[in-house]
Amino acid sequence: MKTVITSTGNGVNSQFDKRFGRAAWFCVLDEETGKTEFYENPNKDAQGGAGTKTVEKMVELGVSKVISGDFGPKAKDLLDKFNIQMVIIQDDDVTVEDVIRKIK
Amino acid sequence: MPRRRRLRRMVSPPGFKGYRPYGANSDDSGYVELLYEEYEALKLADYNLMNHLEASKLMGVSRATFARIYESARRKIAQALVESKEIKTVYGNAHLDKDWYVCNDCYVRFTIPRPHRHRHHCPMCKSEKIELVNQK
Repeated sequence: MKTVITSTGNGVNSQFDKRFGRAAWFCVLDEETGKTEFYENPNKDAQGGAGTKTVEKMVELGVSKVISGDFGPKAKDLLDKFNIQMVIIQDDDVTVEDVIRKIK
Repeated sequence: MPRRRRLRRMVSPPGFKGYRPYGANSDDSGYVELLYEEYEALKLADYNLMNHLEASKLMGVSRATFARIYESARRKIAQALVESKEIKTVYGNAHLDKDWYVCNDCYVRFTIPRPHRHRHHCPMCKSEKIELVNQK
């Protein structure tokens, strides 16, 4: 099962990013193997439709869970349609590693 | 121009597409269209036994509007029964509220996608102390 955690940088020590569509990086975590991969978000500075494009990317990656700080209305509808679980963390000051540790 | 109709919030759509009378004299006496929000109003008032004020807040409309929707629902169902008409549910002006849950141990909010509705634990800490919240 693949989980995406939005991240501000490309390593597990990076701060967790509270935005979804305009997050800087995505950390793809394989929950079985515990391996992480990082992808830069091409829609980071998009004018519009960042959420929609990001959802498309999630579907392409075959993700089943997304952890972020908030989701826009379009992203929410689409993720719901593709049966991707949304998780909202409202804590500040957590790193990607903290989040990964919490899941396990 | 009339005022725009506000969308009525509802928790879940009806679990059926319609009801059809059987044993009626005429085969086809037409149908009535029951809107989703009318179904919701009837459910909240007569099944969940809420008062109109509570129910109207849940649906995001005024108490008076709720009463109008509810009345319309009752009249349509009465008409269908008396005239042995089919009831069809149509979308209407509803907007579905997705189910958001909150974990009472680590306070994350999350959704449970439809195919996994039976999984009732927090995706982060696996706690089973989760609760439904209605987030707009």
